[in-house]
Amino acid sequence: MRRTISLLLENTAGSLSRVAGLFSARAYNIESLSVAPTEDPTVSRLTLVTRGSEEVIEQITKQLNKLVDVIRLIDLSEGSAIEREFMLIKIRASGGEQRDEVARLAGIYGGRIVDVTESSYIVELTGESVKLDAFLEIIGARRIMEVVRSGVLGILRGTKALRA
Amino acid sequence: MSEKLRGAEIFVRSLIDEGVEFLFGYPGGAVLHIYDELYKQDTIKHILVRHEQGATHAADGYARATGKPGVVLVTSGPGATNAVTGIATAYLDSIPLVVFTGQVATHLIGNDAFQEVDSIGITRPCVKHNFLVERAEDLAPTIKKAFYVATTGRPGPVVVDIPKDVTANVADYVYPEHVEMRSYKPNTKGHPGQIKKAAQLILNAQKPMIYTGGGVILDNASEQLTRFGRLLGFPVTNTLMGLGAYPASDPQFIGMLGMHGTYEANMAMHHCDVLIAIGARFDDRVTGDLAKFCPYAKIIHVDIDPSSISKNVKVDVPIVGGVGNVLGELNKLIEEARFKPIDRETHAWWQQIRDWQKLDCLRYDRKSEFIKPQAVIQAVHRITNGDAYVTSDVGQHQMWAAQYYGFDKPRRWINSGGLGTMGFGLPAAMGVQLAFPNEKVVCVTGEASFVMCMQELSTCLQYDLPIKIVSLNNRYMGMVRQWQEFFYDRRYSHSYMDSLPDFVKLAEAFGHVGMRIEKPGDVEGALQEAFAMKNRLVLMDFITDQCENVYPMIAAGKGQNEMHLAPGTSERELA
Repeated sequence: MRRTISLLLENTAGSLSRVAGLFSARAYNIESLSVAPTEDPTVSRLTLVTRGSEEVIEQITKQLNKLVDVIRLIDLSEGSAIEREFMLIKIRASGGEQRDEVARLAGIYGGRIVDVTESSYIVELTGESVKLDAFLEIIGARRIMEVVRSGVLGILRGTKALRA
Repeated sequence: MSEKLRGAEIFVRSLIDEGVEFLFGYPGGAVLHIYDELYKQDTIKHILVRHEQGATHAADGYARATGKPGVVLVTSGPGATNAVTGIATAYLDSIPLVVFTGQVATHLIGNDAFQEVDSIGITRPCVKHNFLVERAEDLAPTIKKAFYVATTGRPGPVVVDIPKDVTANVADYVYPEHVEMRSYKPNTKGHPGQIKKAAQLILNAQKPMIYTGGGVILDNASEQLTRFGRLLGFPVTNTLMGLGAYPASDPQFIGMLGMHGTYEANMAMHHCDVLIAIGARFDDRVTGDLAKFCPYAKIIHVDIDPSSISKNVKVDVPIVGGVGNVLGELNKLIEEARFKPIDRETHAWWQQIRDWQKLDCLRYDRKSEFIKPQAVIQAVHRITNGDAYVTSDVGQHQMWAAQYYGFDKPRRWINSGGLGTMGFGLPAAMGVQLAFPNEKVVCVTGEASFVMCMQELSTCLQYDLPIKIVSLNNRYMGMVRQWQEFFYDRRYSHSYMDSLPDFVKLAEAFGHVGMRIEKPGDVEGALQEAFAMKNRLVLMDFITDQCENVYPMIAAGKGQNEMHLAPGTSERELA
């Protein structure tokens, strides 16, 4: 089971390592993790993607909630939520035909070319993780020079909000 | 009104305002400003240990016996790392400790400075929470938070790391009266709907079983538990950590459960139809093979920590809350239902249990030419009227003390159950004796465990702690030897303690009394003599049967109904 868990964390030194340490100490899986301060500088928002059986996911949420620095937690997979990931990808592109194709594919996927050299493009792309995966596949390993992904970010749909 | 004080003064004042009685510690460079302030006051009694591990265990023993948090002060680097074993010991048993570690000055942090270690990083996985204090003005509020976190909810150790410059800088001092943490709000009241559901199950059980752990002791809920047991007439078992929560001499008490639990307790667990688990955490030493655990039971689980519930065993009625509160509510419901306690003479379930009890699983050879360790524990029980504080180390002697002492009161049995820390017993006994100078404090140990922290004999002399040390000396790491006998074809790999010291001379060298007891007939007299020396620490070196094993035993990974019984015990059809 893949789960996206979003939490509010006290923005203090070492609070991120408590979350990361919990996952390694208890041998939980962690697929992606992203963290940044919110509009309230004392609070960080952290989104993580994990996998495990129902029992393991239950333990993960309970153990996270138990961390003294965790203010609030929500399992986004339980309700209706929007999940997005951001990616920067450096693509080998030399020769007219190849350059046209990369530009065209980027356009189809709603990406933007943000850097150009004679032999490469950097494309930025936002979407659900599967869309990013699909774009990487269509570009192909041979043409990919470098990939940077943000990890998943998520937010609940509707008026309900996760606040400190 | 606030006043301007140096960090070190703020530290000491905060502890005084927090009501700290004893500070177990060891000085060093990073905490010298603090030690200088300690020198100027006599409200807090500083107990100088001989090794930082001893400080944490002593504070831990104090906390277990009194219910108050144990407080420790050590220096940076090795001071902090030496304390880690004691911190982890407290963590696994949910004991409230506040451990202050000195740290190098803030501008040196990360520079590999002298005696620098990342104490926050090292202790993170074995504390409830930890804090690095970066400014003198944060010191008092952080200390307040540390005590609050350590003692509320599921208790545990909290580390506060204090850089040296923070203790030199000046700030306003006010010790906060209240503490409010938006991210930490433990829930102590159980859900009324869940409590009702539990009561329904309890009142309709045919083969009920009450299984309680350390949580009952931590929440000071023995009275509510005893009432609960008596209202129902159900059989009660305690975990190793829970001994004393329900009086061992009560006929409803059927012994400890688990790996070295009684035959009747484990069989009753296996066959029960409603299991009422209270403040216990379904540890692997209790459950054995999870697939075979309580196959016929609906399970109710009361615990203050939501993450303890359904961690190892899926339960039917989870109740998150303080066990004292929840037991109080349950007792009300049982009284309202006018439930008549089940009759121990006539109820079919009790008849079954009595049948299991007939096996007499704690029987041992009383005619042996060697001193039997079990007999020593029983003699200690007689001589102390079953009313001593008993600390232990880890191994066979620990299990024998748990099986044969029979604790009637909570907080009397003090041992490292979760982490299983050898070396715990003597320093823990120091903390207990300091808290209760007029009570009998016994440290049951073995020669292998004892030597791990024996340097604290020196501390005992300094503070006149008349602990009675009962060392069951079989010249082996007994529990290791037992496993090697059972599971490694008697290949006793490195479990024999060659060239042991002369413990009598050792005790004398530290300024105490030493005794060696070699014959079964001398046990009682030696104990009497030792306990008559009210103001002296006596180290009793009992030369015991080398081959004695702890029975019953459930091998790791086996089911609760698959017990090794002592040779000669009439083995009957199991389950």
